[in-house]
Amino acid sequence: MGAVLAAVLGASLAGCSSTGGKRAEERAAREAAEGRSAVTTPRWTFAMVTHSGDGDTFWDIVQEGAEEAARKDNINFLYSHNDEGQQQAELVQTAIDKKVDGLIVSLAKPDSMKAVVAKAVKAGIPVVTVNSGSAESAEFGALTHIGQDESIAGEAVGDELDARGRKKALCILHEQGNVGHEQRCAGAKKTFDGTMQNLYVDGTNMPDVQASIEAKLDSDKSIDAVVTLGAPFAAAAVKAKKTSGSDAEIDTFDLNASVAAGLSDRTLGFAVDQQPFLQGYEAVDLLWLHRYNQNVLGGGRPVLTGPQIITADDADELAEYTKRGTR
Amino acid sequence: MTAPGSATAPDRADERLLRTSPLRRLLGRPELGSVVGAVAVFLFFAVVADSFLRMSSLGTVLYAASTIGIMAAPVALLMIGGEFDLSAGVMVTSSALVSSMFSYQMTANVWVGVFVSLLVTLAFGAFNGFMLTRTKLPSFIITLGTYLMLIGLNLGLTKLISGTVSTKGIGDMEGFASARKLFASYLTIGGVELKVTILWWIGLVALATWILLRTRFGNWIFAVGGEADAARAVGVPVVRTKIGLYLGVAFAAWVSGQHLLFSYDVVQSGEGVGNELIYIIAAVIGGCLITGGYGSAIGSAVGAIIFGMTSKGIVYAEWNPDWFKFFLGAMLLLATLLNAWVRKRAEATT
Repeated sequence: MGAVLAAVLGASLAGCSSTGGKRAEERAAREAAEGRSAVTTPRWTFAMVTHSGDGDTFWDIVQEGAEEAARKDNINFLYSHNDEGQQQAELVQTAIDKKVDGLIVSLAKPDSMKAVVAKAVKAGIPVVTVNSGSAESAEFGALTHIGQDESIAGEAVGDELDARGRKKALCILHEQGNVGHEQRCAGAKKTFDGTMQNLYVDGTNMPDVQASIEAKLDSDKSIDAVVTLGAPFAAAAVKAKKTSGSDAEIDTFDLNASVAAGLSDRTLGFAVDQQPFLQGYEAVDLLWLHRYNQNVLGGGRPVLTGPQIITADDADELAEYTKRGTR
Repeated sequence: MTAPGSATAPDRADERLLRTSPLRRLLGRPELGSVVGAVAVFLFFAVVADSFLRMSSLGTVLYAASTIGIMAAPVALLMIGGEFDLSAGVMVTSSALVSSMFSYQMTANVWVGVFVSLLVTLAFGAFNGFMLTRTKLPSFIITLGTYLMLIGLNLGLTKLISGTVSTKGIGDMEGFASARKLFASYLTIGGVELKVTILWWIGLVALATWILLRTRFGNWIFAVGGEADAARAVGVPVVRTKIGLYLGVAFAAWVSGQHLLFSYDVVQSGEGVGNELIYIIAAVIGGCLITGGYGSAIGSAVGAIIFGMTSKGIVYAEWNPDWFKFFLGAMLLLATLLNAWVRKRAEATT
């Protein structure tokens, strides 16, 4: 077993690449953080329960941020997720059963989470909400909400589309039943002077996403802008645009390495970043601050992490961080 | 293996009249293997997850098991009858949507919506059963069609009527409080919070077991699942039995749907997809044969418990959630293999 491993390692070292790859990534990560805790507080346990589906880039970055802060703050960080409201509530219940010292939840389906968040608060567990649920956070008894206001983010998109002289836009929703997604498209519709249509796609099935957008672009050549609500879907939209021969501009919420590249070479118009790294990092850090020092940031009002509109001008600067997986 | 004293007249002994010892009868039960599996899973998590054995955690596990078990019981009966229902998961959401939207749009007492939802959900079940017996297509195709249609109806109608993907809140409407008592209340016993779904679950499993083992309808279920043509030849009403089984699934979907509605007061239109497989898995772990004709309702309850313990135990054990589905799959496979092994041993000794 060991011999095989050594042989494989030896072979891979002999023919190694001087650019990119895992070693470049590891070096970048080493340089970014020392990986040692910076405090002497006891090892508290914080749990984060989100509404993420399996294998979601966005939530990967949130988790990255939370883990970074957990390392620094000497926190035992637990992460779990389920995209179904009832299941997410059950996961929060398991965190309460475990008597964690702090709880971070996303409120994409606030009504499913209401009772269980109230229970956590009653059990004396400080709660911070992240990402979605800025309207419900305080009402449910959370300390702070960290995220972008989805309506405001949507409105920013509408304004940006106006500034770019767009007339007919398509809003691609990839998660059926996500209230935050509805708010984004509604916000964009509100400030956009042209017409905007919603299109539901199955976000867990990328070929289907592409085909749906393609069909829509095929059937309506006057569409001149497509707004996707997540970074991976922008790439699908770009492909759909190519095959359908449409000249619509593709814009997107959220950022990742391929979006940054797309912005640089102008296949994408703009991206609305809500800085997921910040959401995870701040949530853990604020819980730590509350445990340590009873601090509450924002006086209980939502702390906004976006929207930040990113265009080709900013993309090059951010490319390095998107590759690292922290932007 | 019979004792010499009991074999007085070996040439006239009928194996059906042989007295079997209680132990041997226990070994012949379809759910025995899954009980052994459940004990194994329980012991495993009791050792690896220190918060698993807390009373409050057991309440959570039982709740998770009950929401699966309520559906797994009629699904098990349906499988014993030789059929599948892929629409069962989405039907739960449909049922909740109907009662919520009817009550809200008509400004009716919530109980009226609950009753209308019962009729509509039973109609879905009847549709499944009727289409199946009429067209003679496999239930896989029929209920796959219903499954897709219901997903579309859930989203389409909800958006059309409420303007958003979730329903409007009905928490302030008349009848909500009493309906919540029936479908989504909880009682605290010795510091443990027990949800009312656990009572529904026990009730439904008891009812299903009684039907299966003590009624004529129960015999029909085994007969149509074993060999439908032979059953028809001896006078079993195959059509009525199958439609009845689908109605049973629809009824349980209605109970689960009302629980969903009254515990959260609004319903998300996109939920429920994929749950139908979990119900089927629970029934299979509990000893139901995929080919029909064999199984038990109690087994489905044990299967639901295994599922509840595994899905929550992984969280209590603080394992990395990226591996969640893998662990779940491995656990289920092990439980099922153990189940099959115990059953084979049991059959060999009888």
